[in-house]
Amino acid sequence: MSTHGDDEKGGVSRRGFLGGVAGFIGVTAVGSTAEATPVPKAEIYEASGLSKLTLQVNGRTHSLLVEPRWTLLYVLRDRLGLTGTKPGCERGECGACTVLFDGVTRYSCMTLALEAEGHEITTIEGIMAGEALGPVQQSFADEDAFQCGYCTPGQIVAVEGLLRQNASPSIDEVREGVSGNLCRCGAYGHIFKAAMRAAAMKQVS
Amino acid sequence: MRKPYFLLKTPPTTPEPAEKLAPWAETTVVGKPLPRVDAYERVSGSAVYALDLFLPDMLYAAILRCPHAHAIVKKVDTAAATKMPGVRAVLTDSDTEARIPWYFTEKGPTSRLFDPHCRYEGEEIAAVAAETPHQAADALRAIVVEYEELPFVVDLDSALKPGAPLIHEGGNQVEGTLVYERGDIAKGFADAEAIVERTFRTSCEIHTPMEVHGSVAKWDGNRLTVWDTTQGVFQVQQSLADALRLPLSNVRVIGQYMGGGFGSKLEISKHTVIAAILARKTARPVKLFISREESFLCVGNRPANTMSLKAGVRKDGTLTAMHLINRGAVGAYPGWAGVGSQVADLYTCAHVRVEETCGHINAGQERAFRAPGFPQCSWALEQVMDELAAAIGLDPVEFRLTSIPVVSQRQGGKPYTSTGLRQCLVEGARAFGWDAARGGHRRNGPWLRGAGVAACQWGWPGGPPSTVIVRYFADGSVSLNMGASDIGTGTKTIMAMVVAEELGVALDRIQIEHADTGTTQYATPSGGSKTVPSDSPAVRAAAVAVKRKLLAMGAEQLEAAEDEVVLKAGEILVAGSPDKKVRLAELEGLMNQQVVIGVGHREQNPLDKVTKPFGAQFAEVEVNERTGEVRILRLLGAHDSGRVMNRLTYQNQVFGGMTMGIGFGMTERRVLDRQTGKMVNSNWHDYKIPTAMDVPADLTCVPIDVPDNEFNSTGTKGLGEPATIPTAAAIANAVYAATGIRVTDAPINPTQLASLLADQRKRG
Ligand code: FES
Ligand code: FES
Repeated sequence: MSTHGDDEKGGVSRRGFLGGVAGFIGVTAVGSTAEATPVPKAEIYEASGLSKLTLQVNGRTHSLLVEPRWTLLYVLRDRLGLTGTKPGCERGECGACTVLFDGVTRYSCMTLALEAEGHEITTIEGIMAGEALGPVQQSFADEDAFQCGYCTPGQIVAVEGLLRQNASPSIDEVREGVSGNLCRCGAYGHIFKAAMRAAAMKQVS
Repeated sequence: MRKPYFLLKTPPTTPEPAEKLAPWAETTVVGKPLPRVDAYERVSGSAVYALDLFLPDMLYAAILRCPHAHAIVKKVDTAAATKMPGVRAVLTDSDTEARIPWYFTEKGPTSRLFDPHCRYEGEEIAAVAAETPHQAADALRAIVVEYEELPFVVDLDSALKPGAPLIHEGGNQVEGTLVYERGDIAKGFADAEAIVERTFRTSCEIHTPMEVHGSVAKWDGNRLTVWDTTQGVFQVQQSLADALRLPLSNVRVIGQYMGGGFGSKLEISKHTVIAAILARKTARPVKLFISREESFLCVGNRPANTMSLKAGVRKDGTLTAMHLINRGAVGAYPGWAGVGSQVADLYTCAHVRVEETCGHINAGQERAFRAPGFPQCSWALEQVMDELAAAIGLDPVEFRLTSIPVVSQRQGGKPYTSTGLRQCLVEGARAFGWDAARGGHRRNGPWLRGAGVAACQWGWPGGPPSTVIVRYFADGSVSLNMGASDIGTGTKTIMAMVVAEELGVALDRIQIEHADTGTTQYATPSGGSKTVPSDSPAVRAAAVAVKRKLLAMGAEQLEAAEDEVVLKAGEILVAGSPDKKVRLAELEGLMNQQVVIGVGHREQNPLDKVTKPFGAQFAEVEVNERTGEVRILRLLGAHDSGRVMNRLTYQNQVFGGMTMGIGFGMTERRVLDRQTGKMVNSNWHDYKIPTAMDVPADLTCVPIDVPDNEFNSTGTKGLGEPATIPTAAAIANAVYAATGIRVTDAPINPTQLASLLADQRKRG
């Protein structure tokens, strides 16, 4: 079980661990202009035990027990059943796992679930308006901005994150905005078009 | 394991259709730029890929792999792993159920599931099933393996030398040298007025689809269901049935959404069988997905080739002779690394000789990779064509136009059903602004600009077998049942459009059942750019069969002859009698039986002709003469793939193929360390596939929309592979135009180009 104790007890120091991870994310995060997440107050978790976690995902609150080593990606998919977010590499290389972290794009495979406490997570499922597609999703469908569709949730979240920062990006800003999201099918050409179309759609609505 | 489609010697068949369908004169749905029928699922995240499946009580499995390039496993100690928390089963070679033969040649198996003789880094040693993926990973680390390391060899030149470490008894060379010959090259070269001779090298390329490979296996008694990341559910079903000695009826393979394969998911992989055995052993469903790093090692690659090509030409542009000597490394297990087909067939040339030698090295087995052998060949052939054109002072487009073939020289001089190569070159050049782009050297500071062209042909046209069922429901909605996978190319959308074309039903009223061996009809794996040309005619035949039955019902109800009635906008009409008509919804026959079923088969390919897709691509680049950096400014692909079924998905394929070609030409390269025999870049940080920054926003697709009606009833040829064949060569020719440097080794990365530029400066 979780321990909120002193350093003597061993385990992973959240401060030390987070500092390192957050620094790394700052370098690799997709199209992110935000600073690395502020380091929260020190808490010690037992590596092998389960810790309590309250997670805000797509406007809903989930309480669960997690191992400190579980990534946000794993918890979203395997514990909460939100399988729209995809693993592609689980090491911060591909962006298939991109989510919005307080509105900013972030690789969920490089984020420990415990880090997400107190932050608002938005996944591809959260970009829907009920059963209806959001504007970025609709643009991807209209422009045929995917082939196999496996990288697509990540691409869409990346574009959504970009447009929240920059409502009318240039094509070069779009390219940069999705440059952390690999697409092996090579749908980039149509992805650029979809992003521009989504920007236009959002301005109208 | 059954052979993949491209190794079959006799052409397969399905029953010949009762009637030969006339080509569509005009179409109302087919050819339109329509969004995909499954776009909602793919953009909403609701599509369930195999990895998204969570079955009750499901375990997670993982595989322990050999860390050495070549070793014998002396002992595997699983005692500690077995006792770890959450571990439910450990599988090794000492389990008799795991003694399954693997990697076959004509003579039989060369290995087995957990063979103690490990011939490459990444061979399977053991597998674990546990309650969580983390527990499975912990258990793998607790398995203690004793290895005897053996000498290894990871480059083909060394592997083929006498005294090289032996990967298989009997030597490292695969089945001798393959020779193709026509005419007399000595005579051809004697006739030549200019000769070019050069050696080219391409690097080993890894497929790395975004979705890693994996399976979920579940048993119900002696019946097995597997959800798999495959391009062909029937291929996996057959291989599983063979491996586990089950009747086909007891193996159901489902693969409705899959995240890209490019050939690496054409055939079964060991992990699928391992998942099935672990599921049986634990009596629980098992999910086994390999990791990204593993996907670089053990699920195939495009082999590296060394190609020496000599070609002769006369001043009028006549190619007099071509001689290709190719060597390729297939990895540690049976495979093929030939490339010669385009040398023998793309251009008219009387005297040709191709010699191909393949050999084993201590690395993962090659697998079909989007147009196996063709981009490599293109890299050599199209650069030599460029050089020949310069040698005789002809424009590269014009030069190619002098040698357009109308018959397949390689296949006994049989005529092609269609050859769009000329249009590809001419219309492509026009749309690209070729003449302007070629006009002189242009410099912008350190940036030098140039344009290049390359053409291509693709080798497999598709054909039978394919069987499809269309069901027409009482309310006029339809179900389309076909076995083919949609690997991202838009198969479902195109097939639904064919049904819509024939039956006048809206796309959103068509339900598609596909890629499930339990409920859909046999289809070959989706690969080789052959899904549309193989399966769309069967879909059309099935839809037409439904239409015939509906018309017969209408004729009966209207008391007209069957040849007097036509189907139009949901009504059956009698020609010439405007008031004699019945809406389909009021068709008594349909109401009575509630469903009308049509079965369609793929007709045989014409026996006296040959079918091949053709294409030409154009590139404009800028090269920084100081750093060797290359900016690809624009790319254009003009392809003859027969009828364009959907303008939007067609363009997407062309752009996707060119994007993959950028990777092959510019950045992708497996690096095996000669000191250790290990791959040093088995991740996407170090093995670089194209990102959004590497792809120009200026991409153009010029479809040569000429239906090939002699080939099949939809007039279609394949597109996925040709779209990636000439890209790298077109870029290399553009780099040459910009710099005067012939880059013979792919990929053209800045490191290589910078040093070539430095050499050029030194030479002055
Ligand atoms: S899965 Fe997170 S970046 Fe690839
Ligand atoms: S659509 Fe297949 S990887 Fe992007």
